[in-house]
Amino acid sequence: MSTPFYVSPEQMMKDRADFARKGIARGRSVVVIQYADGILFVSENPSQALHKVSEIYDRIAFAAVGRYNEFENLRIAGVRLADMRGYAYDRRDVTGRGLANAYAQTLGSIFSSGGEKPYEVEIFVAEVGDTPAGDQIYRLTYDGQIADQQGFAVMGGNAESTASHLEEHYTEDATLEDALHVAVAALGHTDAGDRVIPVADLEVAALDRTRTKPRKFVRLRAERLASILGDRGPEEAGAPQPEDNGGATPPGSGATDDPSDPTDQVSGGVPPLEDPTTGEPLEHPVAPPSGPAGTSPVPQPTDPAQPGEAPPPAPQPFVPDPTGPPGPAAPPPEPTGPADLTDPLP
Amino acid sequence: MPGSASFSEFLAGQAPDLLPSRRAVPAGHAGDLAPHATTIVAATFPGGVVMAGDRRATMGNIIAQRDIEKVFPADEYSVVGIAGTAGLAVEMVRLFQTELEHYEKIEGTTLSMDGKANRLAALIRANLGLAMQGLAVVPLFAGFDLAADQGRIFSYDVTGGRYEEQAFHSVGSGSLFARGSLKKLYREDFSADDCVMAVIQALYDAADDDSATGGPDLTRRIFPVVHVVTAEGGHRVPEAEVAEIADRMLASRMQRPDGPAAALI
Repeated sequence: MSTPFYVSPEQMMKDRADFARKGIARGRSVVVIQYADGILFVSENPSQALHKVSEIYDRIAFAAVGRYNEFENLRIAGVRLADMRGYAYDRRDVTGRGLANAYAQTLGSIFSSGGEKPYEVEIFVAEVGDTPAGDQIYRLTYDGQIADQQGFAVMGGNAESTASHLEEHYTEDATLEDALHVAVAALGHTDAGDRVIPVADLEVAALDRTRTKPRKFVRLRAERLASILGDRGPEEAGAPQPEDNGGATPPGSGATDDPSDPTDQVSGGVPPLEDPTTGEPLEHPVAPPSGPAGTSPVPQPTDPAQPGEAPPPAPQPFVPDPTGPPGPAAPPPEPTGPADLTDPLP
Repeated sequence: MPGSASFSEFLAGQAPDLLPSRRAVPAGHAGDLAPHATTIVAATFPGGVVMAGDRRATMGNIIAQRDIEKVFPADEYSVVGIAGTAGLAVEMVRLFQTELEHYEKIEGTTLSMDGKANRLAALIRANLGLAMQGLAVVPLFAGFDLAADQGRIFSYDVTGGRYEEQAFHSVGSGSLFARGSLKKLYREDFSADDCVMAVIQALYDAADDDSATGGPDLTRRIFPVVHVVTAEGGHRVPEAEVAEIADRMLASRMQRPDGPAAALI
């Protein structure tokens, strides 16, 4: 039985936002960049089967970072919405703006509804126009915020250093080749140094307005990428990421608990690492009280309504402590009546 | 909830009124109320398949439309031609196109040629109730099978029966005459251009003997719609090119109105 705590709405939203942000920051980045003939999507993605960039409709594409199962859900919902609208009205009536709005509403209501956890995703919805001026790139965050982007945009784990590299090197109306060079270099750029991402680890797609077919989405395969990028020096694959398996931890992989990561799915003997009041990470977390109630160093609130009875235990982190001395089981808090807790049953 | 990769199944759950087969039609025969599309022919050649349709839609003795288009690309490697109730057929083609594209986007891969043919059969089967009230739709489906590396043709009946045809086939009111014509004209070593000429000849023969099939309209310059599908994908033969082929055919028919004579033995 859990004790109900009051959590202020501000704190709840902040916790949910932190949770989503941390999930997103663990993934690799996706770059969206405009070039003369369309919009280019570049991401580092060793998987050939699990796409981060996909086609939604004739002129609309979708790119995402974060949890695969969650953004795949969103992608399928987008394809269904677009196809149904195109079938019920006309193909021209399916717009990137309409789709981005639908995503914003979905993400927003999932974020603010108390029951579900927020989605750990960020997505791009891009629509290519007849001219570069008609191109639209929308960026949607986990809480349903929507932003119109111009030129280029980055999201994912390494977004800041990638964006700063792009800011220096991006040029308008570049060719596909130049735009690809810039985007790939930006993805390999970190504050620690630059890295040449292997061609096999790149997922690249474009909305190409010069395509004669109505469907403008095209994937650039590894052979084409290799011929465009040419020799860039020794390649270096990125460190394995949890998302490489679609976010799942393979059984028996010996996954360890990461103390610095509160969203970690693996439980271990480490308490949550944030100060509950300030939100700051704790360098040396306070050891959970493990001794018998009453001898704990943590000040215990006493219940004035029940003097003489054992006080309810302080809120404890949910951590088993096998090394601590086996204290007597803490009495369960009894919120309703003055039942005699020392002798609960005959 | 992973859901289905089929668009028509999704529609059946979400918006069943958008499906052509879910509409209630009052009892009685409704076949005379709507325009009918007529003859479609298709023929294979080594490396691909050609499909062509005339441009006439009829309502009883009236020509309802003289420039209707009845052959459509279903996806990049297949085409579908329609005969029967024009309104329902065009809607069914749109549903079929969306169905194939939807599957491709959801699953990240295209359906096999047989898979596409079976999906079309399911759509027609769902229309059986309307077919029994005179609103039948009978398509002809053809495409290039990348796995088998050849062009293939499938015909259907109103109950959704699916039959693979060899070499060539025709559906619609003028199909008997078109098929008879192709029987005499078809060669297994056709080039793509020969094949286009053969189907245009066959459509002319159909229009010659069937009042519901339109021949080339010389004054308005309306000629059949022709699609060619090969391993590189499908495309519609440009109208100017079809006009040029039709003019050549007509020039030779000036000499022999019944068309080229086949060898007797």
